Amino acid sequence: MSQYFHSIRVDPEKCNGRMKCLRMCPTQAIRIRDGKAVIIEEKCIDCGECITVCPHNAIIPLTDPFGEASRFRHTVVMPSPALYAQFGREILPEKILSGIKKLGFDDAYDLAFTCGEVSFAVQEYLREYKGPKPLISNVCPTIVRLIQVKYPALIDQVIPIQTPRELAAREIKKEKSKSLGLREEDIGIFYLTPCPVKMISIKQPAEKGKSHIDGAIAISDFYGPLLSAMEDIEKTSYREALKSICILGIGWAMVGGICRTLRLKNALAVSGLGEVLKVFDDMERGKLKNIDFIEAYSCHQGCVGGSLTVENLYISYNKILKLIETLEFEQIKACPDIREVRKLYKEDYFSFEGKLEPRPLKPLDRDLTKAIKKRKEKEQIYESLPKIDCGVCGAPTCITFAEDVVKGDAEIGDCIFNLPQKFAELSGELSELLNKSVVVHSHKPRIDNPHNKKDE
Amino acid sequence: MSDENIFSQRFEIRGGDFSNAGKTSTSIKEILQEIGIDPSIIIRASIASYEAEMNVVMYAQRGALTLNITPERLLLRLEDEGPGIENVEMAMKEGFSTATEKMREMGFGAGMGLPNIKRNADDFKILSEPGKGTSLDIVIYLNSTG
Repeated sequence: MSQYFHSIRVDPEKCNGRMKCLRMCPTQAIRIRDGKAVIIEEKCIDCGECITVCPHNAIIPLTDPFGEASRFRHTVVMPSPALYAQFGREILPEKILSGIKKLGFDDAYDLAFTCGEVSFAVQEYLREYKGPKPLISNVCPTIVRLIQVKYPALIDQVIPIQTPRELAAREIKKEKSKSLGLREEDIGIFYLTPCPVKMISIKQPAEKGKSHIDGAIAISDFYGPLLSAMEDIEKTSYREALKSICILGIGWAMVGGICRTLRLKNALAVSGLGEVLKVFDDMERGKLKNIDFIEAYSCHQGCVGGSLTVENLYISYNKILKLIETLEFEQIKACPDIREVRKLYKEDYFSFEGKLEPRPLKPLDRDLTKAIKKRKEKEQIYESLPKIDCGVCGAPTCITFAEDVVKGDAEIGDCIFNLPQKFAELSGELSELLNKSVVVHSHKPRIDNPHNKKDE
Repeated sequence: MSDENIFSQRFEIRGGDFSNAGKTSTSIKEILQEIGIDPSIIIRASIASYEAEMNVVMYAQRGALTLNITPERLLLRLEDEGPGIENVEMAMKEGFSTATEKMREMGFGAGMGLPNIKRNADDFKILSEPGKGTSLDIVIYLNSTG
């Protein structure tokens, strides 16, 4: 079994080596080998950029099929709050949750309330924290993996508080097993996910051994059936439908939601992996010491921009924003009791069930002197390359190609700019061979070789 | 263990070039990651080299930062051609700064640069000649924990 589980697979039947993913991958984790995309597991952070960009749908997110739930005696679906922004404005969370139950699940759980609890817990953590700043939200698993792989030095600044989905799953299992007299293993908890990375955070959590969630279903797979299931659900009054929505939690679907609902003044909200990289670079240089909190998402606009959502991400961002504004206007809060949260916080209810460890990329060599020697070789190889990042060798850039050569994963001759030279060498050897063997053979084999016309 | 240089690379820095500011410290970080230096050492080297680089960008005409590595330590040597520092003792105090209003508007010049470098270094030397320039030697031991 490989060391890292990934939620992304390449379908070799569909892939025709168009190289879009090769260029898009933010951690240079893709190579084209024999005309097909291959993912380097150590480097992949499951951001899903390749899924979005592939013109042939050849990169497949590994989520659970709909029917997976049948192996449990009791099933609960927890949708990401991003689901609430996938439909028309008149379809409110209450109706969506009823629709899920009509699809054959025993229960549907609104995560917004748990998000609200975690918001308060984050507030507590920020208040008590004395170490280096800023602290980073751990809600986006891609960001957590990015830090493990590319910014290991920032790992202690990731807030060690459980994500709402993990916390809710743990509590639902406890509660349901008691009330229904079932074993916790008989209760299946499924997360409706806006992105593939949540799937890995379930199969292989960054900070602990096992997730409390049993599977993840893509919002895009769920959308059609849910839409038809909601058709004949009676509409309740607007205020009635809104009254149980936690205003603190609903913002978790979009970038800036946590900062906004907690009214954090000295905080940054960043979305889009490229932007996050810039902010983390600055952070590593010690430039953001005066900022308290960073909310960072790999997808543009936050979870509403996930690659497994349906609605245009700017429209769904706007829908969440409008929902928050409506709740503010109607003065509906439906928030958890902060005193209760503080009490639970002191009892370590929200704490990580493990520790986040860095996962730095392998250096060129374990031995410092050898690593430095290899780095020099890499620089020399790079100098000999055309530096146009054409991608024909199968690596995204000339510098990554040079690295692959030094690591022994590619050969210098794979660069087409080295081809004429390689060809000349090869034809030289060949003609030498032919000259030797001409005595033995009765006829000369015909060779089409522009470099070696004298043999024709 | 020998204390012989096994790696040396020089980075030129231009004074006033704010759009490229930070590139040197990023390159240094990438080199250190690639050769397998411990993350806790990398972050100290990143911060120190960034502050040193910014001092050149903000105050000097030009400068160069050289990364030297021996099996035992990193040495970041900065040499610049600039105004130099009139009072080194003052400049080492937190909060002391000669930054212009414009630099402060950009978020620089909080007077934390040199003290921050010193805090992240195991050994730190500063030599400055007013009117000529400044040189810094920043040493971080590879087996230290900071």
